[in-house]
Amino acid sequence: MTTTSQDVERARQHEQVSQSRLYRLINRVRELGLLVVLLLIILFMGIQAPRFLSIDNFEQILLSIAILVIVAVGETLVVLTRNVDLSVGSMVGVTAFVTAYFFKQLPDVNLLLGILLGCGLGLALGIINGLIVSYGRVPAIVATLGTLYAYRGLVFVFAANTTTQVNASDVPSSYLALATTQIFGIPALILIAAAIAIIVGYYLHASPTGRQLYAIGSNPEAASIIGIRKDWLVFATFAASGLLCGLAGVLWGARFATVDATDATGLELQVIAAVVVGGVNIFGGSGTILGAVLGAVVLGTLQNALNILNISQFWLQAIYGAAILIAVILDAFITRWLQRTILSRRKKA
Amino acid sequence: MNRLKSLLISWEALLVVLLLISIFIGSVASPYFLSGFNFYALTSNTMEIAIMALPMTLIIIAGEIDLSVGSMLGLSSVVLGLLWESGHPMWLAIAVALLVGLAGGYLNGVLVTKLALPSLVITIGTLALYRGLAFVVLGDQAVSDFPTSFTNLGFGSLPGTEIPWSLLIFAVLAVVFGIVLHISRWGRQIYAMGNNKEAARFSGINVSRVKLVLFMLSGLIAALAGVIFTARLSSARPDNAIGFELYVVTVVLLGGVNIFGGRGSLLGVVLAIFIVAIVQNVLGLKNISGDIQSLAIGLLLIMSVLGPNVARRIQVVIARRRLVAGSS
Repeated sequence: MTTTSQDVERARQHEQVSQSRLYRLINRVRELGLLVVLLLIILFMGIQAPRFLSIDNFEQILLSIAILVIVAVGETLVVLTRNVDLSVGSMVGVTAFVTAYFFKQLPDVNLLLGILLGCGLGLALGIINGLIVSYGRVPAIVATLGTLYAYRGLVFVFAANTTTQVNASDVPSSYLALATTQIFGIPALILIAAAIAIIVGYYLHASPTGRQLYAIGSNPEAASIIGIRKDWLVFATFAASGLLCGLAGVLWGARFATVDATDATGLELQVIAAVVVGGVNIFGGSGTILGAVLGAVVLGTLQNALNILNISQFWLQAIYGAAILIAVILDAFITRWLQRTILSRRKKA
Repeated sequence: MNRLKSLLISWEALLVVLLLISIFIGSVASPYFLSGFNFYALTSNTMEIAIMALPMTLIIIAGEIDLSVGSMLGLSSVVLGLLWESGHPMWLAIAVALLVGLAGGYLNGVLVTKLALPSLVITIGTLALYRGLAFVVLGDQAVSDFPTSFTNLGFGSLPGTEIPWSLLIFAVLAVVFGIVLHISRWGRQIYAMGNNKEAARFSGINVSRVKLVLFMLSGLIAALAGVIFTARLSSARPDNAIGFELYVVTVVLLGGVNIFGGRGSLLGVVLAIFIVAIVQNVLGLKNISGDIQSLAIGLLLIMSVLGPNVARRIQVVIARRRLVAGSS
């Protein structure tokens, strides 16, 4: 009896030691796998339609996913802590509409003021999510499913009391220029998204707080016991997700110019697809910003390929759904396979 | 155990009070609220959500969730419309639509049980997949030339009354689900799984099989809701019932079912269904659009979990103060 319980204890210790190594391996396998998938799509499309391979088209792809990447970075932070933020599409919708309306009403106002307004609004919405989840103890899925609709309802209330639609001609050109400006020949939108991904990615990788997020996601109880301020950090990730959605909303208004109350509806599915396809574990504790960005790139490339091959855009949502399922199923198999190989290697040693 | 029971009873008592308050507010807010026709409109409007809430109650008590119900409703509605439009008899179209729902639920169930994946992610994936397939099948078109014999199922009411057929269907299903959950061996197993999956498995419950059946049931019922929805609106569109998962999850949680599983009763959910139906109806009578109504429903969802949590915290604080006061 004692030997078996000791064996179990030893096995458990082994398991925990290998856990971090396992996660690192999974990340590497997943990122490599995504690159292979990406190369296959590019190869296939290059043969099917040579114009797919132009620099212009690659810029188009990156441009189409820039806003998605910004939101996906925030979502990654939330998912790492074993939570989920379903309200991102509505937060982007609120800030896009309110910011565009702000610029319509005050066309001569300083550009920075409008940007700050949008980001501040997003932050406020994210803080509400964080308060409900972290301090109200409402599961993230319930809380953000609720705010997904509540925030969307807010846009409709706002639109009902102001205007149903803000048109491109209503807002100052300096606002629209946010999305069209080029720096060194590269669209600013792409540079902003890249900068955010790099900064947050580095922070997550190198800072103590970043590592604590992984710890919370791996084992929330243990994280609390070793003194990580779990509630505060989970709250902070929701606030960060809101802030990034605010920025994304500001850019959304500038990029699409014409904004109404339904804008960015369903964006949450694309964001979650990008994050999950990118190998961020939905159970928390594992995944990288690089992975999420790669996930977004793969989805953006697929969408672009559909366009070029003249396949109906109606396929898109089905593809997002299938991508989420395939990614989650693959993750399960890869985890099992790696666990088995590590165990068998240890037995030999 | 006694305390648990009294807690459950008090939650349902609270719901009865809420129901009475909402009826009172409704009758003050609009002179049409208490009319027979409004009763018909109020119930027929909510019955799709109501019947989907029945299997959802069992699934959440078992510790899982199914977010794809609205999409399964949309997909089966589109399949129904497409088959009817292409000249197949109505009974065949309905049968195939129900089978599509069953298949959708089966896929959910297999992925959750066989691969041991979290139902939350799987059903977010199939939420997108099934809705996407509905769009792939029908594009931006709609089928609307259904025979009156079929649309009567959605429009019509029991002869001589203002009771819609769908309410009768819901009532029968509610009784069946109530018996399954609260009286049958199955019901005990569902509660046991929700409380402690491992313990349930070790005590000989086939957790995987029960869950698979629950997900298939959820798909089948969502498809049935799709048939009723199509008949009521006399229209099969790929965007039918987008976002219905919010309403279904809201009534279940408002009904006192624990989101982590193991606790809740069908009576509470039935009460919550009528509370939400009245809230929607009164907002509609006040000319408030559906998009803004969902703001209220979203808040209701959060409050139904946040409220008890905050109440419990306050209780703890008060109890602690008493302890401190007593010891000093």
